[in-house]
Amino acid sequence: MAEEKKSRPAVGLQPEGDVDWSQYRGILVVVEQRDGVAKKVSWQLLGEARRMADKLQAPLMALVLGHQVGHLVKEAFAYGADQVFLSDAPILQDYRTRSYSRVCLQVIREYKPEIVLIGATYTGRDLAGAIATHVPTGLTADCTQLDVDENRLLNATRPAFSEKMVATILCKQFKPQMATARPGVFAALPRDDARSGQVIEIPPQIEESEIGTRVLEFIQERQGINLEDAEVIVAGGRGVGSPEGFRLLQELADVLGGVVGATRPVVEAGWIGHEHQVGQTGSTVRPKLYIAAGISGAVQHVVGMQHSDYIVAINKDPEAPIFSGAHYGIVGDLFEVIPALITAAKARKTTHVS
Amino acid sequence: MLHIAVCIKQVPDSREMRIDPKTNTLIRQGAPAIVNYFDLRGLEAALQLKDEFGARVTVLTMGPPSADKAIKECIAMGADEGILVSDRGFAGADTLATSYVVGQTIDKAGEVWGPVDLVFCGKQTIDGDTGQVGPGVACRLDYEQLTYVEKVESFDPNTREIVVHRHLEDGVERVQAKLPALITALAEMNKPRRASLPGVLRAARYQPIVWTTNDFTDLDRSKIGLRGSPTVVGRSWVPEQKPVNTKILTGDTVNQVAEDLFTALFATELPGKLGWVQEG
Ligand SMILES: Cc1cc2nc3c(=O)[nH]c(=O)nc-3n(C[C@H](O)[C@H](O)[C@H](O)COP(=O)(O)OP(=O)(O)OC[C@H]3O[C@@H](n4cnc5c(N)ncnc54)[C@H](O)[C@@H]3O)c2cc1C
Repeated sequence: MAEEKKSRPAVGLQPEGDVDWSQYRGILVVVEQRDGVAKKVSWQLLGEARRMADKLQAPLMALVLGHQVGHLVKEAFAYGADQVFLSDAPILQDYRTRSYSRVCLQVIREYKPEIVLIGATYTGRDLAGAIATHVPTGLTADCTQLDVDENRLLNATRPAFSEKMVATILCKQFKPQMATARPGVFAALPRDDARSGQVIEIPPQIEESEIGTRVLEFIQERQGINLEDAEVIVAGGRGVGSPEGFRLLQELADVLGGVVGATRPVVEAGWIGHEHQVGQTGSTVRPKLYIAAGISGAVQHVVGMQHSDYIVAINKDPEAPIFSGAHYGIVGDLFEVIPALITAAKARKTTHVS
Repeated sequence: MLHIAVCIKQVPDSREMRIDPKTNTLIRQGAPAIVNYFDLRGLEAALQLKDEFGARVTVLTMGPPSADKAIKECIAMGADEGILVSDRGFAGADTLATSYVVGQTIDKAGEVWGPVDLVFCGKQTIDGDTGQVGPGVACRLDYEQLTYVEKVESFDPNTREIVVHRHLEDGVERVQAKLPALITALAEMNKPRRASLPGVLRAARYQPIVWTTNDFTDLDRSKIGLRGSPTVVGRSWVPEQKPVNTKILTGDTVNQVAEDLFTALFATELPGKLGWVQEG
């Protein structure tokens, strides 16, 4: 029942003809936004890319795309860009792989950056995978460290094998070298509204008829639970015992200005939604404070939270593996410990005041 | 009939993977192999469409000969056919080369059993973790790309339109797409079924279809395996585990322990960073 095979765009590894790679200069950061609000990771990437661009003595470019997003140009300069590409059109109202990747390809082909960086968000990964295949070039996902070496090679470092190893990936023969990087890993530069630079408009070369997808609606998450950006996470495992037990954790999370996390078995049991799951098959988080209650500390859970600044473990089993990676451990019944923590926290006004 | 392809990968069970303390390399041997967690969600989604609308479900994997076990597992769950793309020439592929071969395989499967209308992949593998192969394959095939899907809301076989929910950091996006399309599945999408008895019996006898480089008529050998992979590992190492000095808090009462914890936390830089204020 499929339609007749239509002719496909040529996608191949060999670039057409002889390519002069030396024409490729500078770093391009693709700015992600929703409804005109930029994702923090975009400015974080600009901060890190600024350092690398200075090392390469090459320009730092930002690409702002969407509809009615012109105000983000100023922000891109303020966070470090030397040059900003702006593609502002109704067809870019919603993120769609075809339209967004087309605009990125227009910029890459015409302005030839040697490095392209994109935030490793769901949207960013969707976009980066499409662009790299079209170019074609190498792409390294989810980097936690970025640098350039004396050969102008991007050293893209990422965890591998469930964070048991770390690897630096290189793309030696193709340009641009591409990477996505995790939110929260790099720091944005302090905003400097005095900075400005050249703005280049990019009219999107795509028609609605070429795009087979339509965004019907966007449903903002109920409580806006965003584990990846959370600064405090109170997580529970099987020891929490029931969906009601998670209300207790929620109460502590509220007092501490945090959100609730969970292990996989409790998510699968339906005690709490999937969006709360931390670990290998859930979210990787790096909050400032992670409180693990009734969690044994299986590797698949630990890889998702081990980079938290402070880890507090509450478990009635003194031998539970979760204690070995924790900064503070409380051996006891969480149904006694958590209420005591709520009381103590309230007494100290730990709720986020800003 | 609707033709659905499901891309799977056999991965080592990470619980069993260890680092050799002498060589600082990963010991993969002995780690039991499983079908990638997210790929099974893709298969389940395909089987649900098959149950409702009727479909041919073709499972495919690029991997070593031992990956036939993974194929059989999918046959036991209800897939119609399983293809193992296996050849030393494919080895060492990064995501770009992998997506090329998977794309070619889907094209070839289309020639054999009719054009593929819908492709399911997992959102990422648990050993590679890149999430790049799905978008790569969609691009190669020029299919609509629907990543991080947590739900297939509806499918209309007449208009060939599918509505899915994409899960994003800050909410859920309802997207409508026209087939052909490629979907990458999140864990939330469904709970994979257990193999049925007839399925198990069929799987026991089933011989996966094996395709080598020679089975493809116009395979560009510069795009496969190590040669077709633009990325290389420059260096890899086992991260130094910062030894954590665990302080076990013991006190006469839980209230005392709770107090001690906050006293300890307030002595760190946390309150400043989190905007906590100490009373009094
Ligand atoms: C491929 C794969 C991927 C996986 N991905 C993930 C993942 O992303 N995230 C994840 O979390 N898991 C994941 N898992 C599952 C993981 O292996 C563990 O099974 C899981 O993390 C254990 O969850 P738990 O700690 O809640 O449960 P358990 O291991 O059962 O631990 C419960 C703990 O609670 C303690 N406890 C019980 N009652 C109390 C009480 N009243 N007070 C205090 N303590 C109490 C117990 O002492 C015990 O230590 C994955 C597994 C596989 C195979």
